[in-house]
Amino acid sequence: MSTATKEMAKEAKTVGQKPQRVTGAEAVLMALIEEGVDTLFGYPGGAIMPVYDKLYHYEDKLNHILVRHEQGAAHAAQGYSRVNHKVGVCVATSGPGATNLITGLADAMIDSTPMVAITGQVASHLLGTDAFQETDVVGISTPVTKWNYQVTKASEIPEAIAKAFYIAKSGRPGPVLIDITKDAQFEEVDFEYKPCTKVRSYKPVPVASEESIEVAADLINKAKKPYILVGHGVMLSKAENELLAFAEKAGIPMASTLLGLSAVPHDHPLYVGYLGMHGNYGPNIKTNECDLLIAVGMRFDDRVTGDLKRYAKQAKVIHIEIDPSEIDKNVKTDVAVISDAKAALERITPKLKEAKHEEWLAEFHACDEIEQKEVKDYALGSSTEKVKMSEVIKMLSDKTKGEAVIVTDVGQHQMEASRYYEFKRTDSIVSSGGLGTMGFALPAALGAAMGAPDRTVVSISGDGGYQMTVQELGTIFQYKIPVKILVLNNSFLGMVRQWQELFFDSRYSFTEMVNPDFVKLAESYYIKADKAETRESLSDKMDEWLNTEGPCFLEVVVEKESNVFPMIQTGAAVSEVRLK
Amino acid sequence: MEKQRFTLSIFTENVVGLTNRISIIFTRRKINIESLTTSASEIEHVHRFTIVFYSDCKESAEKVAKQIEKQIDVVRCFLYEDSETIYQEVALYKVAVDNLKDSDMVEEIVRKNHARILAAKADFLVIEKTGHEEETHALYEELKPYGLMQFGRSGRISLSKERQEISSLLAEYDQEDAIV
Repeated sequence: MSTATKEMAKEAKTVGQKPQRVTGAEAVLMALIEEGVDTLFGYPGGAIMPVYDKLYHYEDKLNHILVRHEQGAAHAAQGYSRVNHKVGVCVATSGPGATNLITGLADAMIDSTPMVAITGQVASHLLGTDAFQETDVVGISTPVTKWNYQVTKASEIPEAIAKAFYIAKSGRPGPVLIDITKDAQFEEVDFEYKPCTKVRSYKPVPVASEESIEVAADLINKAKKPYILVGHGVMLSKAENELLAFAEKAGIPMASTLLGLSAVPHDHPLYVGYLGMHGNYGPNIKTNECDLLIAVGMRFDDRVTGDLKRYAKQAKVIHIEIDPSEIDKNVKTDVAVISDAKAALERITPKLKEAKHEEWLAEFHACDEIEQKEVKDYALGSSTEKVKMSEVIKMLSDKTKGEAVIVTDVGQHQMEASRYYEFKRTDSIVSSGGLGTMGFALPAALGAAMGAPDRTVVSISGDGGYQMTVQELGTIFQYKIPVKILVLNNSFLGMVRQWQELFFDSRYSFTEMVNPDFVKLAESYYIKADKAETRESLSDKMDEWLNTEGPCFLEVVVEKESNVFPMIQTGAAVSEVRLK
Repeated sequence: MEKQRFTLSIFTENVVGLTNRISIIFTRRKINIESLTTSASEIEHVHRFTIVFYSDCKESAEKVAKQIEKQIDVVRCFLYEDSETIYQEVALYKVAVDNLKDSDMVEEIVRKNHARILAAKADFLVIEKTGHEEETHALYEELKPYGLMQFGRSGRISLSKERQEISSLLAEYDQEDAIV
């Protein structure tokens, strides 16, 4: 629809309606409803009380989830957005409420997650006076938001919220924070809502030049060993089908970044695996052997590239990317296709010659055999006394047929989940990729379960990260959110311990944990809980856990000192990936 | 490594907090801002930042420019080497008259440096000099032995030799249908 037509439609809708006189607080809620919001995650406090007071009357339209800590609200909003592509919304009060959101905002920023955070602020006449619970949240959040704005008048509210949603979801998505002073929440305004469709200084969706499309297609048609790197951008632009059409036509192998997982089904014949520090052997080795690297909606994170000076130097590089500042940031490109992934793929595919690269693809499979023998036979075998994380994940993958939403925390279990969960459906990985936020999984999973109520949502944590946001069990219990909670307990901060073992002469400095009784802890929140301590008992207990209606907790006691392999050490090249 | 000096001409909306948003892009890369000037531009309601900084190479400087341009309220960010711009700074020097008893000498210094006397009071003179940093610094060095009471120098203002098509860019943005 053109802007003009949209305008006419909007006008027609409002003809004869007198603007409603409401308070700023109510205007906030009405604006959210206009934006199609139905779920909020938040926590009340002094400076946001007028909004909460109005929320009392909007319970039928806005489902507010009371979290147990504002960080949980931010991660829940992220989890919600990551599974259903809507803008996640979180609400907090001023001061500590607002600062508690910061980790979640930073996480959403680096992982391009559309989110709107609404914070209360002290009354405008108190700004700058060190008033009770005053903090400069606009200042603090600037580096970790795509945009932020402080509202001091009720009349600004509709426009600020419209702009916030537009900016959060358009282009490369990201978090936006709107800080609203308490007096603006009390003040009255004639509510009129106009969705934002443009910001004159902001061009969210660049259109790639025809030349870049031609040159890219030409390079692909000439390549002998082309190789696609699938990033999060594929899912953000809903380009899964276009990607498959593109790859299938030209017969190009595809590997995925952490956040790109699940965009391509694990059993697709051209899918060769997972990239990066703990990725699969072939995808890493072959990066330095391909003759053409086609990066789609990914940003060459250091966890993917290893040593940049020795990264794919032999290859030409095509970078399909919506954010111009990512071009040449880490890896120098030969062709930059600055575009939304879907639009770019749709334009390139018709120009491709049909091709197959069977020998090239077979090289990946040869690597798989090596990885199977050197890594997986052990990782998935039962030679150890205790079950290993990898075994648990593989069993989970089999039992859920690769159809679950996997929400991970950060560390060894995250890497094993990325390696051994065989994703069949898109939008199924919710993981803190860029920021690496321990404590992410539990709140993000409750958000994901709200966002995808028809799907099985599994929260996977280690014993360390789990305890960083464990209070969200309260939220899960209160709202009966059907999260399947899995804790892989090795009584260690496993990934740090692994690094200590490998690079710090096994000096296990402050990584061993004495843990509470996790079963009792879950039970104290009235959540059904069980613990699997032996390999033999695991399968039955996992069945019981997965088949229980509503939230359910399972702790699995895993090998204490097990390492994740393969591994690219810091400073090593992708081709130097070690198998043990 | 010898660092190279760059100038950014940034066209922006005139909004609260944007200076912070721009300056933290330097902070996170541990780059010091040598000078920063903000003012109106030739286009109504469009603000202009001129920032001078040193960078190891053009490539890194370009990354800074791109990350600035990415900010929502930034219309365009242009990166220039010194040779690509016409630029100027203004410096003011307050000198005690006692120290400049010899009026011939004052006249000579002012004349030689193409400076001018902005104010002459009973006990001090204020001299103004516009030019490049090297020139205003040279005058500073020359006056220093006589006892400078105060010295201040503005940030750089700079105009590019190339055309900056901000007006047409804004018009283009205005016309486009936004795609979400």
